[in-house]
Amino acid sequence: MWDQELRTMASSHAILASSVIMSTVVPAVLVRGFSVYETHLLWLYCLAGAVAAVNISAFWLLGIASPTADPNPLSRLLRSCLYLFLSCLFYHTVVVLYGAPLIESAAETFSLAVLLTSLTTLRCLCVLGPDVQAWIRVFTRHGAKTVWDSSLRITVASTVVGAWMGAFFIPLNWDRPWQAWPVSCSLGSAIGFVSGLVAAPAWIYYHRKQLTYKCK
Amino acid sequence: MQRLQILSLLLWVCALFYVGIYLFVGGFLLVRLEVNRSSTCEDVLLPGGQQRDFCHAKPRFRRAVLLVIDALRYDFARFDRANAAPRHHENKMPVFEETVSSRPLHGRLYNFRADAPTATMQRIKGLTTGSLPTFIDVGNNFASSAVLEDNLVHQLVRLGKRVVFMGDETWELLYPKTFHRSLPFHALNVRDLDTVDDGILRHLYATVAGDDWDVVIAHFIGVDHCGHSFTVDHPAMAGKLAQMDGVVRSAMEHVQNDTLLVVMGDHGMTDAGDHGGESRKETDAALFLYSPSPLFPGPPSKDEPQVVPQTDLVPTLALQLGVPIPYSSVGQVLLPLFPPHRSQNRTGGLGQSEALWINVKQVNRFLKTYSSMAKDLPENSLSKLQVEFSHISAEYLASVRNGLPPSPELVVFMQSYLTSVRETCQATWARFNLLKMAAGLTVLLFACLLCFMLSELSRVLVNESALLKANVAAALSVGFCVAVGQLFVWGHVEVAWCLAATALVSELMAFWWAYQAKASTATGGNRAKAQKRASWLSLHSFFVPPLVVLLLRDASLFSDSYVIAEGHVVTFLVFSLALYVPIHLNWDGLLLSPNHDLHKPARPSPVALSPVAIWKESCTLLASVGLLAGSLYLSLFFHSCWEEDQASCKPSPFLTPLSRLQDGQLKNVHCILALASLSLWTHLSRRWLRRHRILDSSGGGAAFTARWILPLLSMCLGLNWAVGATPEGSFRNVAELIGMAQVALPRTIFSLLGIGMLLLWLDPLTVFLKTRTAAAPGPPPPHYRATISIGPRTELHHLVPPDRARRSTGDGKSGGGRAEMDGRPAVEEAYGLGTVYSAPLLLFCGLLGVGLLLLHPEGMALSFLLLLLETGAILHTHASSATLGHLHGRTHPGGLYVPWTPVVLWCLSATQFFHATGHLSTFPSIQWDAAFVGFPGGHASGIALPATLVTLNTFSSHILFAAGCPLLLFWPLVRGSSWRAREEEEEGKDFAMETRLRENPQRFGSALLQLSARCLFVHGTQLFASACAAAILRRHIVIWKVFAPKLMFEAAGFLVTSVFLLIGIALVMRVDVAVGGRFKRFIPELSLAQ
Repeated sequence: MWDQELRTMASSHAILASSVIMSTVVPAVLVRGFSVYETHLLWLYCLAGAVAAVNISAFWLLGIASPTADPNPLSRLLRSCLYLFLSCLFYHTVVVLYGAPLIESAAETFSLAVLLTSLTTLRCLCVLGPDVQAWIRVFTRHGAKTVWDSSLRITVASTVVGAWMGAFFIPLNWDRPWQAWPVSCSLGSAIGFVSGLVAAPAWIYYHRKQLTYKCK
Repeated sequence: MQRLQILSLLLWVCALFYVGIYLFVGGFLLVRLEVNRSSTCEDVLLPGGQQRDFCHAKPRFRRAVLLVIDALRYDFARFDRANAAPRHHENKMPVFEETVSSRPLHGRLYNFRADAPTATMQRIKGLTTGSLPTFIDVGNNFASSAVLEDNLVHQLVRLGKRVVFMGDETWELLYPKTFHRSLPFHALNVRDLDTVDDGILRHLYATVAGDDWDVVIAHFIGVDHCGHSFTVDHPAMAGKLAQMDGVVRSAMEHVQNDTLLVVMGDHGMTDAGDHGGESRKETDAALFLYSPSPLFPGPPSKDEPQVVPQTDLVPTLALQLGVPIPYSSVGQVLLPLFPPHRSQNRTGGLGQSEALWINVKQVNRFLKTYSSMAKDLPENSLSKLQVEFSHISAEYLASVRNGLPPSPELVVFMQSYLTSVRETCQATWARFNLLKMAAGLTVLLFACLLCFMLSELSRVLVNESALLKANVAAALSVGFCVAVGQLFVWGHVEVAWCLAATALVSELMAFWWAYQAKASTATGGNRAKAQKRASWLSLHSFFVPPLVVLLLRDASLFSDSYVIAEGHVVTFLVFSLALYVPIHLNWDGLLLSPNHDLHKPARPSPVALSPVAIWKESCTLLASVGLLAGSLYLSLFFHSCWEEDQASCKPSPFLTPLSRLQDGQLKNVHCILALASLSLWTHLSRRWLRRHRILDSSGGGAAFTARWILPLLSMCLGLNWAVGATPEGSFRNVAELIGMAQVALPRTIFSLLGIGMLLLWLDPLTVFLKTRTAAAPGPPPPHYRATISIGPRTELHHLVPPDRARRSTGDGKSGGGRAEMDGRPAVEEAYGLGTVYSAPLLLFCGLLGVGLLLLHPEGMALSFLLLLLETGAILHTHASSATLGHLHGRTHPGGLYVPWTPVVLWCLSATQFFHATGHLSTFPSIQWDAAFVGFPGGHASGIALPATLVTLNTFSSHILFAAGCPLLLFWPLVRGSSWRAREEEEEGKDFAMETRLRENPQRFGSALLQLSARCLFVHGTQLFASACAAAILRRHIVIWKVFAPKLMFEAAGFLVTSVFLLIGIALVMRVDVAVGGRFKRFIPELSLAQ
């Protein structure tokens, strides 16, 4: 039964991954002087926007989002926006605590936070709705109840770990353009996100015997 | 508890590490053999036809004046007319530029490039012997020893030249009883800019004007001291350089035609005024040559070298003054000083080719001698050089025989020969004893594995005392056998290999022994236990996140960029690990109220879950993680900077001592901040102690220390800062008083610290005892337990003020007992047993912290406060996660188990605060000022005291974290909150905090052993990784700049850590003995039972 759901998920993941690639390729063709390193923020916002748009439309079309007690769509929307903003602030704080410059490149840091939000928090919102309790619940050992929960878990973890590992390259004295703040981290999170998208269906398929999911 | 057993096990492991360090460092740090032969006048250096003793020929210069200006950097001596707004160190010495432009035949300025290490003593050695220093000399700067190698001074003296010396006393140490006249001056300390220079100036001109000398050496120290005290760009530097300019001018006026004047710096300095490394600013000094008679054959040509290696001065001076070139010099004569062809009318002056030939022959002779003594010069380059030499010699002799001047090609060829000899020597004296290094690495690796094994098998190993004795005895006998074997085969004993054999045998036996122990428990114990034991060394137990973080940390030691950015790297990793704690707890469903488990079958839980308790504990945990993150972030503001990073990084303003701050307002702010942090440090420690009723404990030395000595200490420290902050020159009338206070206050602090520690050691019990005639009903119960708790309010005894406690003693005594005293029934009640172990330890760390703070710049008080907050945050995080685990019924058996995460956090924090107290793993960044705390006049004798002070300053964070390590074990017990007690009460258990340790000595011992083994493992792997990095990257370009200093600091840090870890453990043992004694007095049966 959830075989079909797995297939749906895999195809939606494929669309998301291709949107990541398109957001890099299309502006490179259309915009003069576009480069991932030099016009990094432009690329970053393209990526964030594309992923957000595809995510929202895919989940809206598929009707994944869990029904919650709050029936008022406007209030849901407002709360979602609030959560997105708070998540940006949260990521920004964490990144600064990790040692990013506080004032000098605040715009870059905040852009990274926006990217991370669109790659992780937005997916949480789409899958689980604006319900922090549910978000926390998903990230426990026995917390994943559907295929979507599992995939969310994997993509979020791989995105964050990707960004974390991207920071490893910053102190090295290789003098490469992608070592500038925050290029390596945002590239890392994008790579982590894509590999999470690829890995999630594979992992679920591989562990299908052990998993007992509810179907939607 | 097997106290001796645990201590000896730890001592044994530490000893293994020490042997590993000794072996590795012995193989890694380079040693150059000193050739103890001297050149003589009879040496046949000139070609066969001219058997001429050049010592008796008239030299070009009869006399020379050498002015050594310590740390005269090349750019200090340059004069840039275009520079409209020179900084304090720029354009202050126009004399060189004026001379060079107006009299180009008489004087010239060169960039005089020193070799690392750029420390004064090494440079003086290099400047006189003409050889290359090795790294191992770096450590000797405090105690110079006489130079035994052949050198310029000895050659001059041997030829009867009168060498007069004045200035820095280092020369007198290097050349005792050598000089014709010697006027050494002693600088009081590094702030003393003028004593030495003024002393020289009183005598210099009179001496030069007189006729009782042939060579005058004057070593000015003021510029160097100015750099150390005030940095390069400071008004004092301008004054000092202008003074030196005047000195050079009048020296130029005083010298006569037969005299050569040499002005040189022995090394440069960084912009912060330090030196020792090999950055360009440190190695590039100025060299100025001048004579009133024309010195150079012509105006400077384009192709003339601008950079002169420091070794080149010795052969040049020797030939100009007509003495043999010292035997082991590898320099090459400075050609522009010699006329292109030897003119017969100017007797004594050697021609270029002649000088070069003498030089080549001397260097070749040295190479031959050296390669016969030591086999470390590579064969192929030696033979290549030999071929080159025979080629040169054939051509030269042929041209001499034909009476023709040697061709210019030959001159170039000789020069290139000399350059390649120098380069070969440089490369060779970076040679390593690979076998020793490998042995050291093996010993270190096995020691690390042994630590891991100890931590996994502590419960088994803590009991088997006989095995350790057998192991050590066997290993020692093997070492002895190796020694005897060496004596028979080689005829001498090399201690390193005996130690290596001992350590390796000991380690291998320990592994076998552990295997046996594992097997015996596997058969004896139940199956679950056996399974757990079986997997103790599997990959699975290695790849838990804390160990992955440790692995990343170790991997980071292999890259120079990461070593340079070490402070940030470690902070990054610590923060990651701190974030892992709540994430992991959440993953296990332990963090917040597990309402999502409702639809699942509830786990069998021995303790009823109370959501409020979990919520409270989770909040505590999150708050402590937040505090940890905050202090981590703030600690980044106290870092110092590497020399390479000067552009992108500014050293923390808090690193400047108050007395050197020029801005009055800033000074006040710093002073207030420092005092506030100091009082907060004291207040927080005292508050904790007060909360646990330790300040009320009766009579003991520990209580006295807590009550009086700790506040007194911090008051003295505050006063000391206030006195030190007074600007020099103000308060002239009380200057003497200030000077006295600067001596008296630190010494008072040292002695108070000593008294406090002594009291703490003698009487570490912090128990509040109360005796009263009992209205106790009936005879005492037949049997007493260490802790008796009857009512639900028992745990209140630990926390409530005594008056309330007294009221509630009717129904319970915590950790007390009754004793028949003097025949009448008396009740002795003891409070504070709940924190009996952690209180003395905490007090010890508090005292130590204030003491170490004394050795730091005042601004570091803030950093120390952060350190305190961070330790508190780590302890609380650990305690909360342990409690949460307990609340969910997932406690580890015994509850005394300290998981890897807090241990790794704790140990990495030591490195983090090493950087956050303004230290770096480089020699120039050592805070030498610490050596003069309490001894502003310098140390009269011995280097033990200043070395200790500097070590304490450098590794203060290692010391604090190592000594406080056992707190990790105690904290979850101390921080039992009320609800937890209640739940335990309901189950009829005791709530006893640390007295639980007393009741379970076996487990206590094994937990303590495990904790210290883990701590040693974390530090040991870092040591091993940096040793590996040094071994693998030994040809790396920055090996001497980055990896070798890192290894030295890591090794020294490990030594200090292990010593203080042992001290901390010993203190815990001491408390245990004291508690045991107290219990024995209370309850004789109990002690019998044990």
